[in-house]
Amino acid sequence: MTDGPAMTALIVEDDRNIRRSVCTSLETSGWTVNEAETLRQALALSRSRRFDLAIVDLGLPDGDGVDLIASIREDSQVPIIVLSARSEEQHKVRALDAGADDYVEKPFRAAEFLARVRAHMRRQHDGDKGEQEVYALVGDVEFDRAARVVRKHGKDIRLTKTQYALFDFLVRNAGRVLTHRQLLREVWGPGRVEHTPYLRVFMASLRQKLEEDPAQPKLIITETGVGYRLIAGETSGSESS
Amino acid sequence: MNEALRRDPDAIIERIRQEEERASRGRLRIYFGSSAGVGKTYAMLIAARALKSAGTDVVAGVIETHGRADTGAQMAGLEILPRRSFAVPGMPQLTEFDLDAALARKPALILVDELAHSNVAGSRHPKRWQDVDELLSMGIDVWTTLNVQHLESLNDVVGGITGVRVQETLPDTFFDRADEIVLVDTPADELLARLKAGKVYGEVQAERAAANFFRKGNLMALRELALRRTADRVEDDVQTYRSDRSIDRIWKTESAILCCIGPGGAEHVVRSSALLAQQLAVSWHAVYVETPALQRLPEARRQRILAAVKLAEELGATTAVLPGGQVATAVIDYARENNLSKLVMGHNRASLWRPAGTLAQQLGRLAADVDLIEIGVPGMRGGRPEPAADVTLQVVGRRLKPTGYIVALLACGVGTALVVPLTGVLAPANIVMLYLLAVVGVALGYGRGPAVFSALVNVLAFDFFLVPPTLSFAVTDLQYVLTFAVMLAVGLVVGQLTAGLRYQARIARHRERRSHSLFEVARALSGELVVDQVVETASKAIEREFRARVRIYVLSEDDRLTLARGDVDTQGLDPGTARWAFDHRQAAGLGTDTIPGSSWHYLPLNASMRTRGVLAFQPESPRLFAVPEQRRQLETFAALTAIALERVHYVDVAQKATVQIESERLRNSLLSALSHDLRTPLAGLTGLAESLRMTEPSLSAAQHEIAEELVSSAIRMSAQVNNLLDMARFESGEFRLTSSWNSVEEMIGSAVRLSKRVLASRTLKTDVPADLPLVKCDAVLIERVLVNLLENAAKYTPPDAIVEIVAQSVGEEMRVTVVDNGPGIRPGSEQEIFNKFSRGVRESAISGVGLGLAICKAIVEAHGGSISAANRGGRGAAFTFTLPISKEQPLAPEADEFEVTE
Repeated sequence: MTDGPAMTALIVEDDRNIRRSVCTSLETSGWTVNEAETLRQALALSRSRRFDLAIVDLGLPDGDGVDLIASIREDSQVPIIVLSARSEEQHKVRALDAGADDYVEKPFRAAEFLARVRAHMRRQHDGDKGEQEVYALVGDVEFDRAARVVRKHGKDIRLTKTQYALFDFLVRNAGRVLTHRQLLREVWGPGRVEHTPYLRVFMASLRQKLEEDPAQPKLIITETGVGYRLIAGETSGSESS
Repeated sequence: MNEALRRDPDAIIERIRQEEERASRGRLRIYFGSSAGVGKTYAMLIAARALKSAGTDVVAGVIETHGRADTGAQMAGLEILPRRSFAVPGMPQLTEFDLDAALARKPALILVDELAHSNVAGSRHPKRWQDVDELLSMGIDVWTTLNVQHLESLNDVVGGITGVRVQETLPDTFFDRADEIVLVDTPADELLARLKAGKVYGEVQAERAAANFFRKGNLMALRELALRRTADRVEDDVQTYRSDRSIDRIWKTESAILCCIGPGGAEHVVRSSALLAQQLAVSWHAVYVETPALQRLPEARRQRILAAVKLAEELGATTAVLPGGQVATAVIDYARENNLSKLVMGHNRASLWRPAGTLAQQLGRLAADVDLIEIGVPGMRGGRPEPAADVTLQVVGRRLKPTGYIVALLACGVGTALVVPLTGVLAPANIVMLYLLAVVGVALGYGRGPAVFSALVNVLAFDFFLVPPTLSFAVTDLQYVLTFAVMLAVGLVVGQLTAGLRYQARIARHRERRSHSLFEVARALSGELVVDQVVETASKAIEREFRARVRIYVLSEDDRLTLARGDVDTQGLDPGTARWAFDHRQAAGLGTDTIPGSSWHYLPLNASMRTRGVLAFQPESPRLFAVPEQRRQLETFAALTAIALERVHYVDVAQKATVQIESERLRNSLLSALSHDLRTPLAGLTGLAESLRMTEPSLSAAQHEIAEELVSSAIRMSAQVNNLLDMARFESGEFRLTSSWNSVEEMIGSAVRLSKRVLASRTLKTDVPADLPLVKCDAVLIERVLVNLLENAAKYTPPDAIVEIVAQSVGEEMRVTVVDNGPGIRPGSEQEIFNKFSRGVRESAISGVGLGLAICKAIVEAHGGSISAANRGGRGAAFTFTLPISKEQPLAPEADEFEVTE
């Protein structure tokens, strides 16, 4: 993943040490990194250059990182990873709803962070190739979009309409953290965005059908207080190390 | 009716209030009879026993059997309240109904015999009916008995019939307020037969009783009275029922009665008015107009009049003492002000002494539209009040002021000295005029007494010096008697007028002073900001105004009454009585019906929200309480004090709230600043250590290991800072649950994933049924609980241990257990480990400060659940927490179809 032409990342973080560690990790993986300390600098940079990845801290001295996310999302689909403090679920949800793809809680390990970056870059890369027909997923689950069929260990799994819609949306956004609101809007429509119990019930039934042990899911992960994430093959491998 | 409803919402509110009051009050049933021995107690006991066997909680508070065997037999099987005994030295042991025991026992129904009984001195209330009133106000139903001769308003009538006047009387208002009256009736012959058979009294007593009270004529008359009184009462009930919960009872005040209390036969007039008001079912007022003449009455007679005013108040009247020069005008003014159309007064015969006519005649002239009712007053001879028994008092009571008399003498002397040389020049008529001038002057200046004296001295001087033969008192011409008479008359008239004016002026001054002092106190109190200041100001003002000793009890924070000023001089002050006054919002002690023997008067400080304290008041003379105006004045002072105390209380509350808000804000900003300042460097440290690992050229294995250790230490420390900060937040009570519907399975799954690194090589099993209901909780926090429990399990178990999470729904709670097969918890420390900074193994190499479980406990308890730890009998530890399952599960999503596979 790290081969090929050098890719550029934008890091916006006011703490010098964290910024520096992110830079080091990315640079050792072959990235070129542009640093910004404030929201103003970051907005200026994001307008003047193209980036392949944005790492955004939410609490910036001169404003809210969510504004930057929204600004980037206006004309770009580059992966955006949020650096957030613990127990700030509301902020994470806001950033994700604004268009961020993932979040990492500070303090974080470099390996974990890089694994996330890789997963998102691959998703981006796959997306560029156009819609896939068949997805091979964690736990020997296969999603055949063309045939509208889900298979586990080679056997067809019968999904209800809603389960299918839900799963389809998760698969198309594999690796991304999807907030409750995003999922509800996609599957049940904008009128039901507050009905999280629906989501819990359907997620449970999906896991019942697709996971080996629904209480220790490997495929559909709960991001507590935020939403769900479907693990893309490679990510889960590195995460469980 | 509808019009009335529309007209006055206050009337409706008043009615609702009355009904509410009635609903919370106990119900009163009176067994009413014409005389002793008709079987009231017997009837009451039979009914009570029937009720008791039907399961009602009945207690016999006090039953007077008078040794009657039939009655005594009926008491079998009833719970009898022990009587309270009073030990009075040198007296036989006295026992009395024990009110406090009855209140403590609080039965549904209590039997209290002989309602009109007077309590032994030293009891809380002087009368038993007041005990009953208190029982009723505490919501206890009371059954009691009463003879007709004990009714206050019938006291005179019965006395007239039987010649025996009873001392123990019951106010009619109390009788009328009874919910049920049960008439126990026995014909006179049968009663006499019973008496002869010794069933009523013992044989010896019976004969004496039969000779005196129990004469057939008496019994028949009493029976008639009882029947009639009951009939009146029944008619009232019918009326009330018919007029559909009579809202117009309030409107009947339009034709209310005004009773004029005068110096003669006051009590009789008051009783008659009460009876009349009761028969007409209207409210009534009683006034006493205190004219200068009446004010000069001897103390004892004045007391008797004021006692009549008090009696009127007891009988349910609104009372007032009006100062005024003219009785008739004052009465009419009062009647007009209060919309009273019927005036009741004692009958006075017209006489030559009263040129203006009797009071009734004067009233008739002043207001033709009011009805006048004159009551014949027994014991009044020739329309004059009964002879004053205390003439001596009268003389002693009148204070002689010598100044006026000296001035009169001087004026006379000077006048005579001036006039004598002019004898030849002035006509005697003019000289008389000069003397007259002196009399008028003295009368104007010093009132009636000196005026009369002056007239006398002047006439004598005139006679002695100027009337021939001069220098002798011999009078040749009889016409000078006329001179003397005229001079005396002028002196008297002017003196009378002056006295009246003076009296009015004094009243006006008094009123002015009173309102001024009220104003002063109100102003002083409005500035006070501390309870002690309020108490100080109020006590001083009241002490000054009433010449009394004042102590003020205020309510402390723990709801106790405490004396505000650090007074030691509290002789005779009884905190118990103060508490009673406070609890009942009623005055107690001196001048009231509750503990009247006390030398202190206890007035509750009732403010709009609640009672704020009690004013204890010890006047120099207890007479103060006989004058309703004084009492009202005192109540006004108390109200002012109460309002001031309430205001101070709320100022305090507001200040505390501000301080609390401020300190919470400070704590929160401190916490978030701390959290930022601690977490950010730690995150930076982690990042730097990570960067160190990745530097080029690559580190040696040992250096790499050190860098890795740096990272994991920083991350661990970060976790501990988080724990500390969380705990601080929980402690401050400042964290809010963001509850939503969550699945336990998901929270377990997520916690397991987060704990993967901590658990390392340990085996983790889960046992989570698929059909668990959703629980309403803060998922992030419950996940914390699970993570902490898993971390805890990892900390105290060997690397090859097995950790299992079991979830099950039991009844109305979700039970989640984390079980391990490690060494278990130190026995006896199952509770302790949930305390802050408590750790399973002391001083061990295991890291952590022991906050994990304390946080678990805080979180779970905030959800309304519980958490506990247990040993599995040497096979490891089990930590269980529960969460309540709401009966209302969220709406299930609509039915879903299966995708049709093509």
